[in-house]
Amino acid sequence: MKQIVLLMLTAWVLAACSTVQPWEKDLLAKPSMALVADKLDNALDEHIYFSKEASLGGQGVGGGGCGCN
Amino acid sequence: MQLKDKHNKTKSIREKLALATCALLQTAGSTAQAGDEWEIDSALMIYSENDSRVTAIEPIVSARKEMGEDKFFGVKLVLDALTGATPNGAHASGTAQTFTRPSGNGSYTVAAGENPLDDTFHDTRVALSADWEQPILDDMSRIIVGGNLSKEFDYRSLGVSATFLRDFNNRNTTFSAALGVNADTISPVGDVPTPFANMMVAGSGTNRDKASESKTITDLMFGVTQVIDRKTLMQFNLGLSSSSGYMNDPYKVLTVVDATGTRLAPVGNDLPYVYENRPDSRSRQTFYWKTVHHLNEDVINLAYRYHTDDWDINSHTIDLNYRYELNGGAYLQPHIRYYTQSAAEFFTHNILDTQVGVAQYASADYRLGELTTTTIGLKYALPFKGNQELSMRAESIVQSYSKVDSAVGTLAGDAGSQDIVPDLGAFVIQVGYSFYW
Repeated sequence: MKQIVLLMLTAWVLAACSTVQPWEKDLLAKPSMALVADKLDNALDEHIYFSKEASLGGQGVGGGGCGCN
Repeated sequence: MQLKDKHNKTKSIREKLALATCALLQTAGSTAQAGDEWEIDSALMIYSENDSRVTAIEPIVSARKEMGEDKFFGVKLVLDALTGATPNGAHASGTAQTFTRPSGNGSYTVAAGENPLDDTFHDTRVALSADWEQPILDDMSRIIVGGNLSKEFDYRSLGVSATFLRDFNNRNTTFSAALGVNADTISPVGDVPTPFANMMVAGSGTNRDKASESKTITDLMFGVTQVIDRKTLMQFNLGLSSSSGYMNDPYKVLTVVDATGTRLAPVGNDLPYVYENRPDSRSRQTFYWKTVHHLNEDVINLAYRYHTDDWDINSHTIDLNYRYELNGGAYLQPHIRYYTQSAAEFFTHNILDTQVGVAQYASADYRLGELTTTTIGLKYALPFKGNQELSMRAESIVQSYSKVDSAVGTLAGDAGSQDIVPDLGAFVIQVGYSFYW
């Protein structure tokens, strides 16, 4: 719970700093500025590292489990 | 009155500008998504490890379409064909070693000094996932619901997930909350081995007690995505995950050694290897941070993940992509990833004979040990007519393991004289093609 509160506080502080208006979002709207710009690369990499390492997750929930680990 | 009018006028211009900008962005978006067409991404990846270990050929295709106003449907299909050899958990020895295959029938012998690999490793995985996204409550909130199915000949995974997103602060802030549940079933070749039971001489018995086992994984995630400035986007995610059920790798054993580090001799039909055992629950937490920053032309994408769990595995991951824009929309993208993890509390390279039947948990699975992974890669993408894009990607992966055992320190005797955890090298070659249909 402490971590969630910390997360929310961080967001609140950052939100207070941001003054970007809709008409200033030309760069942010570019596909290259997407949080996950290469979705297939990301999915394939997640699968590789899930099968070779003991950590997983971070970016979202769901996704197929696998007998590889 | 005059002030009020002035204010209204200003607001009006501001609103009009906002609308005009949104319209422009939507136009750009719809051009990129080519109207009512399906947006198709496809790729073929080849993953290959050195020393004749695992080779995977993995075609993947995803399709996404707007099904109505702000409603989207996506589907993804992955095939994964694996062949090669994989470590069985035992370690190299100064003398040759003979192992029984997982089926209990047949055996394979590993030469002195060689890392024991089970060369019967082969598998084909099919994974299908689909998701639906639509506004909920009002135009500031969205929900994404999804399902996934993954099937191998000895493993099945079924999952559902739901993600709620809400925009605030002039759409500069997005909060997200997600829940995912997965139910997995494993039906190993030769059935489920009894923990800490000996691997037996081929044909003499199997020490296995049931045909299948299952586990459940529940994931919760809370996230914030924040526009920092005109060129910077930042994301924070907090993930909580709980797994319960069968967490062992049924194909992994541990070498049984005496106090001098010498592998025991077979006793009757019992070989000096025992099946591993892990806790039946695991609680994990992840903290994930990502920043995407636009330079004059290029884009930097930097991510960090901290992972910790109640198995004592703590890890740090840093991932950096630099998109270097070329002429005509083509780009080169170098990629660097560094990962380091500490060992699980029950990880051990081998097990003392006096600990068999005493230790509650033990595993020699190298993926639970202390290790680092370093990845260097390069991608080249070339757009061409009709919103199509062709891409090529090559990555080199090196994984290094600690030979020092957290439980017993530096290994002694036979194990200590061997390179029991040689570095693993692997490469990835991938070709991608995106188009609209």
